[in-house]
Amino acid sequence: MTSLLAVDNVTQRFGKLVAVNGLSMLVAPGELRAVIGPNGAGKTTFFNLVSGLIAPTSGRIYFDGRDVTALTPEQRVGLGIARTFQITEIFPELTVGENLRIAVEVTSGQRLRLWRSRRRDGEVRVRVDELLGLVGLQPRADRLVGELSHGDQRATEILMALALEPRLLLLDEPTAGMSDQETYGIAELIRRIHRDQRLTILLVEHDMRVIAHLADRITVLAEGATLAEGTFGEICCDDRVQTAYLGAAR
Amino acid sequence: MSRLERHAPAFVASALLVTMPWWLQAAGGYTELASRIVILGLAAMGLNFLLGFTGVLSFGHAAYFGLGGYGVAMTLRYLVPSSAVAILVGVLAGTVAAAIIGALIVKLRGVYFAMVTIAFGQVFYFVAFRWNRVTGGDDGLTGWARLPVGVGPLTLDLRGSDLAFYYFVLALLGLSAAAMGLLLRSPFGRTLLAIRENERRARFLGIPVERHIWLSFVVSALFASLAGALFALLNNFIDPRALRWDQSGNFVIMAVLGGMRSFWGPLVGAGVFVLLQDLISTRTQSWMSFVGAFFVLVVLFFPRGVLGFVRRRPAS
Repeated sequence: MTSLLAVDNVTQRFGKLVAVNGLSMLVAPGELRAVIGPNGAGKTTFFNLVSGLIAPTSGRIYFDGRDVTALTPEQRVGLGIARTFQITEIFPELTVGENLRIAVEVTSGQRLRLWRSRRRDGEVRVRVDELLGLVGLQPRADRLVGELSHGDQRATEILMALALEPRLLLLDEPTAGMSDQETYGIAELIRRIHRDQRLTILLVEHDMRVIAHLADRITVLAEGATLAEGTFGEICCDDRVQTAYLGAAR
Repeated sequence: MSRLERHAPAFVASALLVTMPWWLQAAGGYTELASRIVILGLAAMGLNFLLGFTGVLSFGHAAYFGLGGYGVAMTLRYLVPSSAVAILVGVLAGTVAAAIIGALIVKLRGVYFAMVTIAFGQVFYFVAFRWNRVTGGDDGLTGWARLPVGVGPLTLDLRGSDLAFYYFVLALLGLSAAAMGLLLRSPFGRTLLAIRENERRARFLGIPVERHIWLSFVVSALFASLAGALFALLNNFIDPRALRWDQSGNFVIMAVLGGMRSFWGPLVGAGVFVLLQDLISTRTQSWMSFVGAFFVLVVLFFPRGVLGFVRRRPAS
């Protein structure tokens, strides 16, 4: 089967620092791939490269067989690449409902609609409710998202990414800073969208329970390059992985 | 929020505006003053479409305001004896200039954007200042006057009646406010709020941020140039000060003074600004220092502006 995402020998330098060093990766359609590695391994830089926030120093990135290396983030969203950020990026002074509404309207090609339309506004509302229902956020739909708990803000950001109806979803530490219960809720959400929609997901995560629970395959990054790749069972017994983690810890 | 509650600000605003010539007169003002408030309020509301609802600060909107004014003055002086045509020419001149300049600067952000808008504004100021033969230079462009608009019995005597001119201006403010209000409540308007709130998130929702800021800039300048066109008609005169950077600054002050997060805030700000100016300038030349002091107080104690203070955000 051809891969949905193909990263081919990508390098990213920031001055003298080599954040990503000749990284290659293939992700199959419908796969949930976890990307792990010690701090500074280049995980977030890798996400920034795939989502188009930065352009690589060298190497190519292909999405669904198409070279997207030179495309802007907006263009990549148009092709179906959506992402969340390590530090939540939402519209804090708008309500949860409005946050999602904007995402839904942009996705349904209405961003240049200059007038109000009862019919289309109704369609948008239905879709927003559907999204809110995924995590039971409906009761807080009219609250300003900046006033919600950290967990609900993270959930809102994931829902906004889902509103884009992506084909590839990049989640950068979705459960960071969450309570155990919130972590469980988000892990369940990810598992459900992966299972029900066969959505391809790339997941940067530190919580090993979440990874063991969710990931089909795991890529271990260290110093900007792939250290190991395999299932959870294969990875955790790998000597090199243990050295990288323990070495980094010491 | 009920329907009545939602529309209450618009009702209050219209009632106050429609009766302004009377209560302003009772308070010692005059009809021209009312027209000036409405016109400068329109310019400030136009600026605020960009500043308050897209989150982009332009410090050069006097350029489009002044181009609207010179468009009117030069049309009436040299081309066609028609106020309506003159207004169209003025608005077109300002909007086209904004479309071109906007396209050049839309990638800049924050203070860089503001600086470049000042610089472009000053270009127009110096052209008007130097090009004596056509623009009248420093002395301004005289030798023309506004003319009645309309045909036959539907003629509005803008020339003879200050009151007729006031209601003409007010009608255009009403249309402009309705247009801006509808735009802001449309999906397009929400993409602008999205850009204001978080540009990175907006981009990663697939919104082409630069193109939308450009559109907002052009819409904003369109209303500023309409205001400038009316300003020239009000005074039967235009001079380069209408184009200068301090005029741009005044629009920003009006918007912030009144409350840039509220739709009607800039109009209130323009009212406060013009009334303070009128009141104090009869007593002292340095009226601006009083406006400045008032501005500082508002920014320090009511960061959401006069209207933001009067009308606290409803608990949600």
